[in-house]
Amino acid sequence: MNSHAQLQTEVQQNASLQQKIYQKRRFRWMDHGFKWLTFSFGCIILIMFVWIILELTNESKQSISKFGLGFIFSQDWNPVKGEFGALPFIYGTIVSSLIAIIIAAPISIGIALFLNEMAPKWLKQPVAFMIELLAAIPSILYGLWGLFVMVPFIRDWLQKPISKYLGGFPLFSGAPIGLGMLTAGILLAIMIIPIITALARDVIRVVPTLQKEGYLALGATKWEVIWKIILPFARPGILGACILGLGRALGETMAVTMVIGNRAEIKASLFAPGHSMAAVIANEFTEATDDIYLSSLIEIGLLLFLVTFVLNAGARFLIWTVAKGSKGGVKG
Amino acid sequence: MSKKWKWFSIGMVAAMTVVVSACGSNQGETSDNSSSSKEITITAAGSTFVNPLFSKMFSEYNKLHPEIKINYQSIGSGGGVKQLTEGTIDFAASDAFMSDEEIGAVKNGVVHIPVTVGAEAIIYNIDGVDKGLKLTQETISDIYLGTIKKWNDPKLKADNPDLNLPDLEITPVYRSDGSGTTAIFTDYLSTVSPEWKEKVGQGKSVQFPVGVGGKGNEGVAGQVKQTPGSIGYAELAYAENNHINYAQLRNKDGKFVYPSLEAATIAADDAAQNMPADTRVSIVEKAGEKAYGIVGISWALLNTNYADATKKQVITDLIKWVYRDGQQYSEPLFYAKIPDGIAKINDDNVAKIK
Repeated sequence: MNSHAQLQTEVQQNASLQQKIYQKRRFRWMDHGFKWLTFSFGCIILIMFVWIILELTNESKQSISKFGLGFIFSQDWNPVKGEFGALPFIYGTIVSSLIAIIIAAPISIGIALFLNEMAPKWLKQPVAFMIELLAAIPSILYGLWGLFVMVPFIRDWLQKPISKYLGGFPLFSGAPIGLGMLTAGILLAIMIIPIITALARDVIRVVPTLQKEGYLALGATKWEVIWKIILPFARPGILGACILGLGRALGETMAVTMVIGNRAEIKASLFAPGHSMAAVIANEFTEATDDIYLSSLIEIGLLLFLVTFVLNAGARFLIWTVAKGSKGGVKG
Repeated sequence: MSKKWKWFSIGMVAAMTVVVSACGSNQGETSDNSSSSKEITITAAGSTFVNPLFSKMFSEYNKLHPEIKINYQSIGSGGGVKQLTEGTIDFAASDAFMSDEEIGAVKNGVVHIPVTVGAEAIIYNIDGVDKGLKLTQETISDIYLGTIKKWNDPKLKADNPDLNLPDLEITPVYRSDGSGTTAIFTDYLSTVSPEWKEKVGQGKSVQFPVGVGGKGNEGVAGQVKQTPGSIGYAELAYAENNHINYAQLRNKDGKFVYPSLEAATIAADDAAQNMPADTRVSIVEKAGEKAYGIVGISWALLNTNYADATKKQVITDLIKWVYRDGQQYSEPLFYAKIPDGIAKINDDNVAKIK
């Protein structure tokens, strides 16, 4: 009892002493201030997010009340008659972005592995530098390059041979004009490769050397190290990189509009022209003078927000399930 | 944070403060200067089509009247009309005239003043056909309706007996962005083809039955240049400057004519003969042996009433100069001149502005 009380007073004394020391420390207020400052910065994101959603919903009220859910499922986009539907744009955005990520993900991971694990030293820095440079090119330049260089190339070297032999399939039917969904997907892939590569590289770099060396010491080949150590360890990070790439592909506007063909139609063929949500807003917003037309365009903006949100949420869920299963290291 | 960094960041903040405050004081000085020399700034906005012409005209006008500065923002005709309705600009410019309903929404009233005439070329890219493609009202609308699908269609062959038209699919190209160019082109198609009028209609953006869209004149021209078998429409200046082949079009008198500035002015002159006093009229498909079909007027949209008398004087003087003396700058920039007939109508309309 006695000793317990003694201990308590000692603890109290100790605590008050510590507090005194702490209070005496200079810049104590700075800690607090900094905490609140960063807190308010964090809040800015939340406020912006809510604000944008509210504003978009408010501005698109007219078209929401006129077309209702039918807006999402209608394929009609006729400004002259005042009939608007978003399905071709939603389809175009999702399909072109998926094509892009399917092409870009393996290539980017390959580049990242090569740079980290296999490239000779003299090649590493220049290639890494060039990839970062590619990420900094404005999208309108990608768009113009796409239209003037890539479109003829794809038409003559990819679409013409494919349509000659596989033109019967609906996926490759139609005249090979170079513009269209496939071209937009490929151009987007080129645009997001630098981002995914740069992020995947950073993730792969932090794979513990000990694990790699340990496995090598057991007689594993380079291929086995990559397949069984590096990739499982880096998997969540690589998926995260792909999500960021997908995000850029979904929102890309100028480059897509130059090569996608800007036609609000859903066609099975990858060679057929399509349209995307961001592209139609950029194309038609300035000259949309009726209220219902403008309101419909803003509703497309709102839907783009939702599509991005849903795809991101889905991808995060994927990472979460993958991350649970992977702790890195050797298995089996 | 190491000490070095701390000092560095403090230095940066200090430097930025100095720069910002310097900018602030500079701005103050310039605005003081401008108010003392009685500089008048006119703000206008609208059509991107007239922007190159307006830039040239306004810089020349500024040389004649150094105290008058004109700030023209080429945000698109629709945007110009919107800003005029909101009363945030002194005048607007548009490639399409305003509807009665739109005019009703403008508090200070609207006066339409034609300032230039533009012609649109039908550009094409066919292997083995360098020059001389002839199109009629019927064939051009059938191509855009999707009923003529190949270049060796009998209808096209009948009009072009000397050309070796290939067995190639036609890819029509249209403007994907809302534009006055599309408005004039679809106005033409609606005028010459009842089927087009019923199925598609006229507007700055329409639902084209076939084809692919290019963003801006450069997008359309780029796609036509890139795609064998394609056809498109673009402002004459654009086709000319980019050396793209363009077609001869049959006019109302049955003659095949190339688009040209004279042909556009002739069409506008024909339109002037029975033009309504407010000049709100389409001038596509007008009579005249040398007239060209796809032409359109661009208007300056002024208010009927200006609260500020000096500003009213400055604006009306400027606009009068634009459709009279200023027209000398049109042709080098590939804009057609306003014919005298329309200039006279403009005089009457400008006189009504209070």
